[in-house]
Amino acid sequence: MNRRLNRRTRTLILTAAMGVLILAVYAAGILVPEEWTASSFLDAKQPPSLQHWFGTDSLGRDLFWRTVKGLSVSMTVGIVASCVSAVIALLVGIAAAVGSKGVDGFINWLIDLVMGVPHTILIILISFCLGRGLKGLLVGIAATHWCSLARLIRGEVMQLRSQHYIALSRRLGKSSGWILTNHLLPHLIPQFFVGLILMFPHAILHEASVSFLGYGLPPEQPAIGIILSESMKYLSAGMWWPAVFPGLTLVLIVLLIDRLGENLRMILDPSSAQE
Amino acid sequence: MALEAKNLWFRYDRSQPWILENRNLTLERGERVALFAPSGYGKSTLSLLLAGYLQPSRGQVLLEGAPLPRRGVCPVQLIYQHPEKAINPRWRLKKVLEESGKLDEQVLDAFGIESAWLDRFPRELSGGELQRFCLARALMSGADYLICDEISTMLDVITQAQIWNVVLEQAEKRNMAILAVTHNQNLARRICSRVVDLSRE
Repeated sequence: MNRRLNRRTRTLILTAAMGVLILAVYAAGILVPEEWTASSFLDAKQPPSLQHWFGTDSLGRDLFWRTVKGLSVSMTVGIVASCVSAVIALLVGIAAAVGSKGVDGFINWLIDLVMGVPHTILIILISFCLGRGLKGLLVGIAATHWCSLARLIRGEVMQLRSQHYIALSRRLGKSSGWILTNHLLPHLIPQFFVGLILMFPHAILHEASVSFLGYGLPPEQPAIGIILSESMKYLSAGMWWPAVFPGLTLVLIVLLIDRLGENLRMILDPSSAQE
Repeated sequence: MALEAKNLWFRYDRSQPWILENRNLTLERGERVALFAPSGYGKSTLSLLLAGYLQPSRGQVLLEGAPLPRRGVCPVQLIYQHPEKAINPRWRLKKVLEESGKLDEQVLDAFGIESAWLDRFPRELSGGELQRFCLARALMSGADYLICDEISTMLDVITQAQIWNVVLEQAEKRNMAILAVTHNQNLARRICSRVVDLSRE
Protein backbone atom coordinates (compact mmCIF):
# COMPACT_ATOMS: atom_id res chain seq x y z
CA MET A 1 0.00 0.00 0.00
CA ASN A 2 2.75 2.36 1.05
CA ARG A 3 4.78 1.65 -2.08
CA ARG A 4 1.85 2.26 -4.39
CA LEU A 5 1.17 5.58 -2.72
CA ASN A 6 4.78 6.53 -3.31
CA ARG A 7 4.56 5.61 -6.94
CA ARG A 8 1.47 7.72 -7.34
CA THR A 9 3.11 10.66 -5.61
CA ARG A 10 6.17 10.24 -7.82
CA THR A 11 3.99 10.21 -10.91
CA LEU A 12 2.24 13.35 -9.70
CA ILE A 13 5.51 15.21 -9.13
CA LEU A 14 6.91 14.04 -12.48
CA THR A 15 3.78 15.11 -14.29
CA ALA A 16 3.81 18.52 -12.64
CA ALA A 17 7.49 18.99 -13.58
CA MET A 18 6.75 18.05 -17.19
CA GLY A 19 3.84 20.44 -17.28
CA VAL A 20 5.99 23.27 -15.93
CA LEU A 21 8.76 22.56 -18.46
CA ILE A 22 6.36 22.55 -21.39
CA LEU A 23 4.72 25.74 -20.16
CA ALA A 24 8.16 27.34 -19.74
CA VAL A 25 9.11 26.54 -23.35
CA TYR A 26 5.77 27.88 -24.50
CA ALA A 27 6.08 31.10 -22.49
CA ALA A 28 9.72 31.61 -23.51
CA GLY A 29 8.73 31.41 -27.16
CA ILE A 30 6.25 34.19 -26.71
CA LEU A 31 8.40 36.38 -24.46
CA VAL A 32 11.68 36.20 -26.42
CA PRO A 33 12.34 39.66 -27.87
CA GLU A 34 12.55 40.07 -31.63
CA GLU A 35 16.28 41.10 -31.51
CA TRP A 36 17.37 37.72 -30.16
CA THR A 37 16.34 36.06 -33.38
CA ALA A 38 17.20 38.97 -35.67
CA SER A 39 19.46 38.22 -38.61
CA SER A 40 23.08 39.34 -38.37
CA PHE A 41 25.30 38.56 -41.33
CA LEU A 42 28.44 38.82 -39.23
CA ASP A 43 27.30 35.77 -37.27
CA ALA A 44 26.03 33.71 -40.21
CA LYS A 45 26.59 29.95 -40.39
CA GLN A 46 28.30 29.61 -37.02
CA PRO A 47 28.52 26.17 -35.47
CA PRO A 48 27.24 25.66 -31.90
CA SER A 49 29.18 27.65 -29.34
CA LEU A 50 28.63 29.05 -25.86
CA GLN A 51 27.21 32.20 -27.37
CA HIS A 52 24.90 30.43 -29.79
CA TRP A 53 23.99 27.07 -28.23
CA PHE A 54 22.46 25.62 -31.38
CA GLY A 55 24.61 27.67 -33.77
CA THR A 56 23.24 30.14 -36.30
CA ASP A 57 21.60 29.73 -39.69
CA SER A 58 22.62 31.17 -43.06
CA LEU A 59 21.12 34.54 -42.13
CA GLY A 60 22.91 34.63 -38.81
CA ARG A 61 19.79 34.06 -36.69
CA ASP A 62 20.34 32.35 -33.36
CA LEU A 63 18.95 28.85 -33.77
CA PHE A 64 18.30 28.16 -30.10
CA TRP A 65 15.87 31.01 -29.67
CA ARG A 66 14.43 30.39 -33.10
CA THR A 67 13.76 26.78 -32.11
CA VAL A 68 12.11 27.88 -28.88
CA LYS A 69 9.92 30.30 -30.83
CA GLY A 70 9.15 27.60 -33.36
CA LEU A 71 8.14 25.17 -30.63
CA SER A 72 5.88 27.81 -29.16
CA VAL A 73 4.15 28.28 -32.52
CA SER A 74 3.87 24.52 -32.93
CA MET A 75 2.36 24.21 -29.48
CA THR A 76 -0.22 26.88 -30.20
CA VAL A 77 -1.23 24.99 -33.32
CA GLY A 78 -1.19 21.74 -31.36
CA ILE A 79 -3.28 23.05 -28.49
CA VAL A 80 -5.92 24.80 -30.58
CA ALA A 81 -6.20 21.99 -33.11
CA SER A 82 -6.38 19.20 -30.56
CA CYS A 83 -8.90 21.06 -28.38
CA VAL A 84 -11.19 21.57 -31.38
CA SER A 85 -10.59 18.01 -32.46
CA ALA A 86 -11.33 16.60 -29.01
CA VAL A 87 -14.60 18.53 -28.75
CA ILE A 88 -15.60 17.21 -32.19
CA ALA A 89 -14.69 13.72 -30.99
CA LEU A 90 -16.81 14.09 -27.85
CA LEU A 91 -19.88 15.32 -29.72
CA VAL A 92 -19.55 12.83 -32.55
CA GLY A 93 -18.83 9.93 -30.18
CA ILE A 94 -21.86 10.65 -28.00
CA ALA A 95 -24.06 11.23 -31.06
CA ALA A 96 -23.00 7.88 -32.51
CA ALA A 97 -23.68 6.04 -29.27
CA VAL A 98 -27.01 7.71 -28.45
CA GLY A 99 -28.35 8.30 -31.95
CA SER A 100 -30.31 5.96 -34.18
CA LYS A 101 -28.76 3.11 -36.15
CA GLY A 102 -28.57 5.34 -39.23
CA VAL A 103 -26.64 8.08 -37.39
CA ASP A 104 -24.29 5.52 -35.89
CA GLY A 105 -23.72 3.91 -39.27
CA PHE A 106 -23.04 7.23 -40.94
CA ILE A 107 -20.57 8.33 -38.25
CA ASN A 108 -18.72 5.03 -38.40
CA TRP A 109 -18.52 5.31 -42.15
CA LEU A 110 -17.16 8.85 -41.79
CA ILE A 111 -14.57 7.72 -39.25
CA ASP A 112 -13.43 4.93 -41.56
CA LEU A 113 -13.25 7.38 -44.42
CA VAL A 114 -11.14 9.96 -42.55
CA MET A 115 -8.92 7.26 -41.06
CA GLY A 116 -8.56 5.56 -44.42
CA VAL A 117 -6.85 8.54 -46.05
CA PRO A 118 -3.33 9.19 -44.72
CA HIS A 119 -3.45 12.17 -42.36
CA THR A 120 -0.63 14.08 -43.99
CA ILE A 121 -2.30 14.01 -47.41
CA LEU A 122 -5.66 15.02 -45.97
CA ILE A 123 -4.11 17.90 -44.01
CA ILE A 124 -2.25 19.10 -47.10
CA LEU A 125 -5.45 18.99 -49.15
CA ILE A 126 -7.54 20.84 -46.57
CA SER A 127 -4.79 23.35 -45.85
CA PHE A 128 -4.29 23.96 -49.57
CA CYS A 129 -8.03 24.49 -50.16
CA LEU A 130 -8.19 27.05 -47.36
CA GLY A 131 -5.25 29.04 -48.68
CA ARG A 132 -2.52 27.49 -46.47
CA GLY A 133 -1.21 29.57 -43.59
CA LEU A 134 -2.15 29.13 -39.95
CA LYS A 135 -5.91 28.86 -40.61
CA GLY A 136 -5.64 26.14 -43.23
CA LEU A 137 -3.26 24.16 -41.05
CA LEU A 138 -5.44 24.46 -37.95
CA VAL A 139 -8.59 23.37 -39.77
CA GLY A 140 -6.69 20.56 -41.47
CA ILE A 141 -5.33 19.15 -38.24
CA ALA A 142 -8.58 19.63 -36.31
CA ALA A 143 -10.58 17.89 -39.03
CA THR A 144 -8.38 14.80 -39.14
CA HIS A 145 -7.50 14.00 -35.54
CA TRP A 146 -10.86 13.35 -33.89
CA CYS A 147 -11.48 9.85 -35.24
CA SER A 148 -9.85 7.50 -32.77
CA LEU A 149 -11.01 9.49 -29.73
CA ALA A 150 -14.55 9.60 -31.14
CA ARG A 151 -14.49 5.83 -31.51
CA LEU A 152 -13.24 5.44 -27.95
CA ILE A 153 -15.95 7.73 -26.56
CA ARG A 154 -18.64 5.98 -28.62
CA GLY A 155 -17.63 2.64 -27.14
CA GLU A 156 -17.47 4.04 -23.64
CA VAL A 157 -20.93 5.64 -23.86
CA MET A 158 -22.45 2.48 -25.33
CA GLN A 159 -21.03 0.43 -22.49
CA LEU A 160 -22.27 2.95 -19.90
CA ARG A 161 -25.72 3.12 -21.46
CA SER A 162 -26.28 -0.58 -20.91
CA GLN A 163 -25.51 -0.21 -17.20
CA HIS A 164 -28.38 -0.92 -14.86
CA TYR A 165 -27.88 2.26 -12.85
CA ILE A 166 -28.52 4.39 -15.95
CA ALA A 167 -31.86 2.69 -16.63
CA LEU A 168 -32.63 2.99 -12.95
CA SER A 169 -31.90 6.71 -12.98
CA ARG A 170 -34.55 7.09 -15.67
CA ARG A 171 -37.09 5.20 -13.53
CA LEU A 172 -36.26 7.62 -10.72
CA GLY A 173 -37.54 10.37 -12.98
CA LYS A 174 -34.25 11.80 -14.19
CA SER A 175 -34.12 13.44 -17.62
CA SER A 176 -31.67 12.52 -20.38
CA GLY A 177 -29.79 15.78 -19.80
CA TRP A 178 -29.43 15.06 -16.11
CA ILE A 179 -28.19 11.55 -16.81
CA LEU A 180 -25.71 12.89 -19.36
CA THR A 181 -24.21 15.47 -17.03
CA ASN A 182 -24.30 13.42 -13.84
CA HIS A 183 -23.70 9.84 -14.95
CA LEU A 184 -22.03 9.91 -18.36
CA LEU A 185 -19.79 12.98 -18.48
CA PRO A 186 -17.93 12.32 -15.20
CA HIS A 187 -16.95 8.93 -16.68
CA LEU A 188 -15.91 10.45 -19.96
CA ILE A 189 -13.96 13.49 -18.79
CA PRO A 190 -10.77 11.66 -17.78
CA GLN A 191 -10.78 9.80 -21.11
CA PHE A 192 -11.46 13.07 -22.85
CA PHE A 193 -8.55 14.95 -21.27
CA VAL A 194 -6.08 12.15 -21.74
CA GLY A 195 -7.17 11.75 -25.34
CA LEU A 196 -6.77 15.47 -25.81
CA ILE A 197 -3.25 15.55 -24.40
CA LEU A 198 -2.19 12.49 -26.36
CA MET A 199 -3.43 14.29 -29.47
CA PHE A 200 -0.95 17.19 -28.91
CA PRO A 201 2.18 15.37 -30.07
CA HIS A 202 0.37 14.12 -33.17
CA ALA A 203 -0.87 17.57 -34.01
CA ILE A 204 2.56 19.12 -33.45
CA LEU A 205 4.30 16.51 -35.59
CA HIS A 206 1.77 16.96 -38.37
CA GLU A 207 2.15 20.73 -38.19
CA ALA A 208 5.92 20.35 -38.49
CA SER A 209 5.78 17.84 -41.32
CA VAL A 210 3.22 19.76 -43.37
CA SER A 211 5.16 23.02 -42.88
CA PHE A 212 8.34 21.16 -43.82
CA LEU A 213 6.71 20.11 -47.07
CA GLY A 214 5.75 23.72 -47.73
CA TYR A 215 1.97 23.42 -47.42
CA GLY A 216 1.63 24.84 -43.95
CA LEU A 217 2.92 27.95 -42.22
CA PRO A 218 4.50 30.77 -44.26
CA PRO A 219 8.34 30.75 -44.45
CA GLU A 220 8.81 33.90 -42.33
CA GLN A 221 7.22 32.24 -39.30
CA PRO A 222 9.80 30.58 -37.04
CA ALA A 223 8.15 27.14 -37.00
CA ILE A 224 10.11 23.94 -36.52
CA GLY A 225 8.97 22.58 -39.86
CA ILE A 226 10.21 25.74 -41.59
CA ILE A 227 13.58 25.64 -39.83
CA LEU A 228 14.06 21.99 -40.78
CA SER A 229 13.04 22.61 -44.34
CA GLU A 230 15.51 25.54 -44.62
CA SER A 231 18.23 23.45 -43.06
CA MET A 232 17.99 20.86 -45.85
CA LYS A 233 19.57 23.31 -48.29
CA TYR A 234 22.74 23.58 -46.20
CA LEU A 235 23.01 20.00 -45.02
CA SER A 236 25.13 18.96 -48.01
CA ALA A 237 27.44 21.93 -47.36
CA GLY A 238 28.35 20.44 -43.99
CA MET A 239 26.01 22.60 -41.85
CA TRP A 240 24.55 19.85 -39.69
CA TRP A 241 23.45 21.93 -36.70
CA PRO A 242 20.33 23.64 -38.13
CA ALA A 243 18.86 20.21 -38.81
CA VAL A 244 20.03 18.25 -35.78
CA PHE A 245 19.23 20.53 -32.84
CA PRO A 246 15.75 21.77 -33.78
CA GLY A 247 14.85 18.23 -34.85
CA LEU A 248 16.06 16.75 -31.58
CA THR A 249 14.22 19.38 -29.56
CA LEU A 250 11.01 18.63 -31.42
CA VAL A 251 11.39 14.93 -30.68
CA LEU A 252 12.12 15.66 -27.03
CA ILE A 253 9.10 17.92 -26.58
CA VAL A 254 6.82 15.45 -28.33
CA LEU A 255 8.08 12.59 -26.15
CA LEU A 256 7.65 14.77 -23.07
CA ILE A 257 4.03 15.61 -23.89
CA ASP A 258 3.37 11.97 -24.68
CA ARG A 259 4.72 10.90 -21.30
CA LEU A 260 2.69 13.66 -19.66
CA GLY A 261 -0.47 12.23 -21.21
CA GLU A 262 0.40 8.71 -20.11
CA ASN A 263 1.10 9.90 -16.57
CA LEU A 264 -2.16 11.83 -16.46
CA ARG A 265 -3.98 8.69 -17.51
CA MET A 266 -2.38 6.85 -14.62
CA ILE A 267 -3.41 9.57 -12.20
CA LEU A 268 -6.97 9.99 -13.44
CA ASP A 269 -7.68 6.33 -14.03
CA PRO A 270 -5.87 4.41 -11.30
CA SER A 271 -7.21 1.03 -12.38
CA SER A 272 -5.45 1.18 -15.73
CA ALA A 273 -2.20 2.17 -14.03
CA GLN A 274 -1.94 -1.36 -12.64
CA GLU A 275 -1.81 -2.82 -16.13
CA MET B 1 -55.47 -0.02 -6.86
CA ALA B 2 -53.23 -2.62 -8.41
CA LEU B 3 -50.33 -3.34 -10.72
CA GLU B 4 -51.45 -5.67 -13.46
CA ALA B 5 -49.74 -7.59 -16.20
CA LYS B 6 -52.28 -8.29 -18.91
CA ASN B 7 -51.63 -10.96 -21.52
CA LEU B 8 -47.94 -10.23 -21.58
CA TRP B 9 -45.86 -11.62 -24.38
CA PHE B 10 -42.20 -10.90 -24.57
CA ARG B 11 -39.15 -11.80 -26.62
CA TYR B 12 -35.94 -9.84 -27.06
CA ASP B 13 -35.90 -10.16 -30.82
CA ARG B 14 -38.06 -11.53 -33.63
CA SER B 15 -35.56 -14.31 -34.21
CA GLN B 16 -35.60 -15.31 -30.52
CA PRO B 17 -38.06 -17.65 -28.81
CA TRP B 18 -40.80 -16.25 -26.59
CA ILE B 19 -39.69 -15.78 -23.00
CA LEU B 20 -43.12 -14.92 -21.67
CA GLU B 21 -46.27 -16.18 -23.32
CA ASN B 22 -49.63 -14.73 -22.42
CA ARG B 23 -48.69 -14.09 -18.82
CA ASN B 24 -51.15 -12.52 -16.39
CA LEU B 25 -50.36 -11.28 -12.92
CA THR B 26 -52.06 -8.93 -10.49
CA LEU B 27 -50.38 -7.31 -7.53
CA GLU B 28 -52.83 -5.53 -5.22
CA ARG B 29 -51.68 -2.49 -3.26
CA GLY B 30 -50.34 -3.64 0.11
CA GLU B 31 -50.13 -7.26 -0.99
CA ARG B 32 -47.06 -9.46 -0.71
CA VAL B 33 -46.60 -11.96 -3.51
CA ALA B 34 -43.75 -14.33 -4.19
CA LEU B 35 -42.81 -15.16 -7.76
CA PHE B 36 -41.30 -18.58 -7.79
CA ALA B 37 -39.82 -20.61 -10.63
CA PRO B 38 -36.64 -22.43 -11.58
CA SER B 39 -34.05 -20.66 -13.70
CA GLY B 40 -35.02 -19.72 -17.23
CA TYR B 41 -38.74 -19.23 -16.70
CA GLY B 42 -38.60 -15.49 -17.20
CA LYS B 43 -38.82 -14.27 -13.61
CA SER B 44 -36.32 -11.50 -14.11
CA THR B 45 -37.78 -10.56 -17.49
CA LEU B 46 -41.22 -10.26 -15.91
CA SER B 47 -39.73 -8.06 -13.18
CA LEU B 48 -38.11 -5.80 -15.76
CA LEU B 49 -41.40 -5.54 -17.66
CA LEU B 50 -43.42 -4.75 -14.53
CA ALA B 51 -41.01 -1.99 -13.51
CA GLY B 52 -40.99 -0.48 -17.00
CA TYR B 53 -37.38 -1.29 -17.89
CA LEU B 54 -38.55 -3.27 -20.90
CA GLN B 55 -41.58 -2.82 -23.13
CA PRO B 56 -43.72 -5.93 -23.74
CA SER B 57 -43.92 -7.29 -27.30
CA ARG B 58 -47.68 -7.74 -26.83
CA GLY B 59 -50.00 -7.04 -23.93
CA GLN B 60 -49.83 -4.34 -21.32
CA VAL B 61 -48.58 -3.47 -17.88
CA LEU B 62 -51.23 -1.40 -16.14
CA LEU B 63 -50.77 0.65 -13.00
CA GLU B 64 -54.15 1.43 -11.48
CA GLY B 65 -55.76 0.98 -14.86
CA ALA B 66 -53.37 3.19 -16.84
CA PRO B 67 -50.08 2.31 -18.57
CA LEU B 68 -46.89 2.85 -16.53
CA PRO B 69 -45.71 6.47 -16.66
CA ARG B 70 -42.74 6.84 -19.01
CA ARG B 71 -41.55 10.09 -17.44
CA GLY B 72 -41.21 11.17 -13.87
CA VAL B 73 -40.62 9.03 -10.81
CA CYS B 74 -42.05 5.57 -11.41
CA PRO B 75 -44.19 4.30 -8.51
CA VAL B 76 -43.00 0.79 -9.35
CA GLN B 77 -39.37 0.37 -8.36
CA LEU B 78 -37.19 -2.60 -9.11
CA ILE B 79 -34.54 -3.80 -6.70
CA TYR B 80 -31.91 -5.61 -8.65
CA GLN B 81 -30.11 -8.83 -7.96
CA HIS B 82 -26.68 -7.19 -8.15
CA PRO B 83 -26.59 -4.01 -6.05
CA GLU B 84 -23.10 -3.13 -7.26
CA LYS B 85 -24.47 -2.80 -10.80
CA ALA B 86 -27.35 -0.60 -9.69
CA ILE B 87 -25.02 2.02 -8.22
CA ASN B 88 -22.71 4.35 -10.14
CA PRO B 89 -19.24 3.25 -8.98
CA ARG B 90 -17.92 6.81 -9.19
CA TRP B 91 -20.45 8.32 -6.83
CA ARG B 92 -20.21 8.62 -3.10
CA LEU B 93 -23.14 6.82 -1.50
CA LYS B 94 -24.70 10.04 -0.29
CA LYS B 95 -25.16 11.10 -3.89
CA VAL B 96 -26.54 7.65 -4.74
CA LEU B 97 -29.29 8.09 -2.14
CA GLU B 98 -29.95 11.69 -3.10
CA GLU B 99 -30.72 10.62 -6.64
CA SER B 100 -34.17 9.70 -5.40
CA GLY B 101 -34.71 12.88 -3.42
CA LYS B 102 -34.05 14.18 0.06
CA LEU B 103 -32.44 11.87 2.59
CA ASP B 104 -34.96 10.34 4.98
CA GLU B 105 -33.33 9.73 8.37
CA GLN B 106 -36.03 7.27 9.34
CA VAL B 107 -35.36 5.01 6.38
CA LEU B 108 -31.60 5.22 6.92
CA ASP B 109 -32.03 4.24 10.57
CA ALA B 110 -34.37 1.40 9.68
CA PHE B 111 -31.83 -0.13 7.31
CA GLY B 112 -28.98 0.46 9.76
CA ILE B 113 -27.14 2.71 7.32
CA GLU B 114 -24.40 4.44 9.27
CA SER B 115 -23.69 8.08 8.52
CA ALA B 116 -19.99 7.25 8.00
CA TRP B 117 -20.94 5.09 5.00
CA LEU B 118 -22.47 8.04 3.19
CA ASP B 119 -19.08 9.53 2.37
CA ARG B 120 -17.66 6.29 1.01
CA PHE B 121 -17.47 4.90 -2.47
CA PRO B 122 -19.48 1.79 -3.43
CA ARG B 123 -16.41 -0.46 -3.73
CA GLU B 124 -15.63 0.19 -0.07
CA LEU B 125 -18.85 -1.49 1.09
CA SER B 126 -20.02 -5.09 0.97
CA GLY B 127 -22.87 -6.43 -1.17
CA GLY B 128 -25.28 -6.53 1.73
CA GLU B 129 -24.52 -2.96 2.68
CA LEU B 130 -24.97 -1.83 -0.90
CA GLN B 131 -28.28 -3.66 -1.16
CA ARG B 132 -29.52 -1.65 1.83
CA PHE B 133 -28.65 1.52 -0.06
CA CYS B 134 -30.57 0.30 -3.11
CA LEU B 135 -33.61 -0.47 -0.96
CA ALA B 136 -33.39 2.83 0.90
CA ARG B 137 -33.14 4.67 -2.41
CA ALA B 138 -36.25 2.94 -3.73
CA LEU B 139 -38.20 3.67 -0.53
CA MET B 140 -37.14 7.31 -0.51
CA SER B 141 -38.45 7.72 -4.05
CA GLY B 142 -41.89 7.04 -2.56
CA ALA B 143 -42.50 3.78 -4.41
CA ASP B 144 -45.87 2.08 -3.95
CA TYR B 145 -44.82 -1.17 -5.55
CA LEU B 146 -41.49 -2.84 -4.92
CA ILE B 147 -40.31 -5.57 -7.27
CA CYS B 148 -37.56 -7.46 -5.48
CA ASP B 149 -35.62 -9.55 -7.98
CA GLU B 150 -33.66 -12.00 -5.83
CA ILE B 151 -32.50 -9.18 -3.63
CA SER B 152 -31.06 -11.42 -0.95
CA THR B 153 -29.64 -14.29 -2.98
CA MET B 154 -26.03 -13.22 -2.57
CA LEU B 155 -26.32 -12.42 1.12
CA ASP B 156 -25.61 -14.59 4.11
CA VAL B 157 -28.61 -15.88 6.06
CA ILE B 158 -28.39 -13.39 8.91
CA THR B 159 -28.17 -10.38 6.62
CA GLN B 160 -30.98 -11.83 4.53
CA ALA B 161 -33.23 -12.01 7.57
CA GLN B 162 -32.30 -8.50 8.69
CA ILE B 163 -32.99 -6.96 5.32
CA TRP B 164 -36.28 -8.75 4.79
CA ASN B 165 -37.48 -7.76 8.28
CA VAL B 166 -36.88 -4.12 7.48
CA VAL B 167 -38.48 -4.38 4.04
CA LEU B 168 -41.60 -6.07 5.42
CA GLU B 169 -41.88 -3.58 8.26
CA GLN B 170 -41.59 -0.62 5.88
CA ALA B 171 -44.04 -2.20 3.45
CA GLU B 172 -46.58 -2.55 6.24
CA LYS B 173 -46.08 1.05 7.27
CA ARG B 174 -46.42 2.48 3.78
CA ASN B 175 -49.08 0.06 2.49
CA MET B 176 -46.60 -0.91 -0.17
CA ALA B 177 -46.97 -3.95 -2.40
CA ILE B 178 -44.08 -6.36 -2.73
CA LEU B 179 -43.36 -8.85 -5.47
CA ALA B 180 -40.54 -11.05 -4.25
CA VAL B 181 -38.80 -13.03 -6.95
CA THR B 182 -36.98 -15.95 -5.44
CA HIS B 183 -35.61 -19.44 -5.91
CA ASN B 184 -36.11 -20.16 -2.27
CA GLN B 185 -39.47 -21.74 -1.48
CA ASN B 186 -39.05 -21.38 2.26
CA LEU B 187 -38.34 -17.70 1.97
CA ALA B 188 -41.32 -17.31 -0.36
CA ARG B 189 -43.68 -18.94 2.12
CA ARG B 190 -42.21 -17.09 5.08
CA ILE B 191 -42.58 -13.56 3.73
CA CYS B 192 -45.49 -13.66 1.32
CA SER B 193 -49.20 -14.19 1.48
CA ARG B 194 -49.42 -15.66 -2.00
CA VAL B 195 -47.01 -17.64 -4.17
CA VAL B 196 -47.13 -17.53 -7.94
CA ASP B 197 -45.27 -20.40 -9.55
CA LEU B 198 -44.42 -19.65 -13.15
CA SER B 199 -43.45 -23.24 -13.88
CA ARG B 200 -46.87 -24.64 -12.89
CA GLU B 201 -49.17 -22.28 -14.74
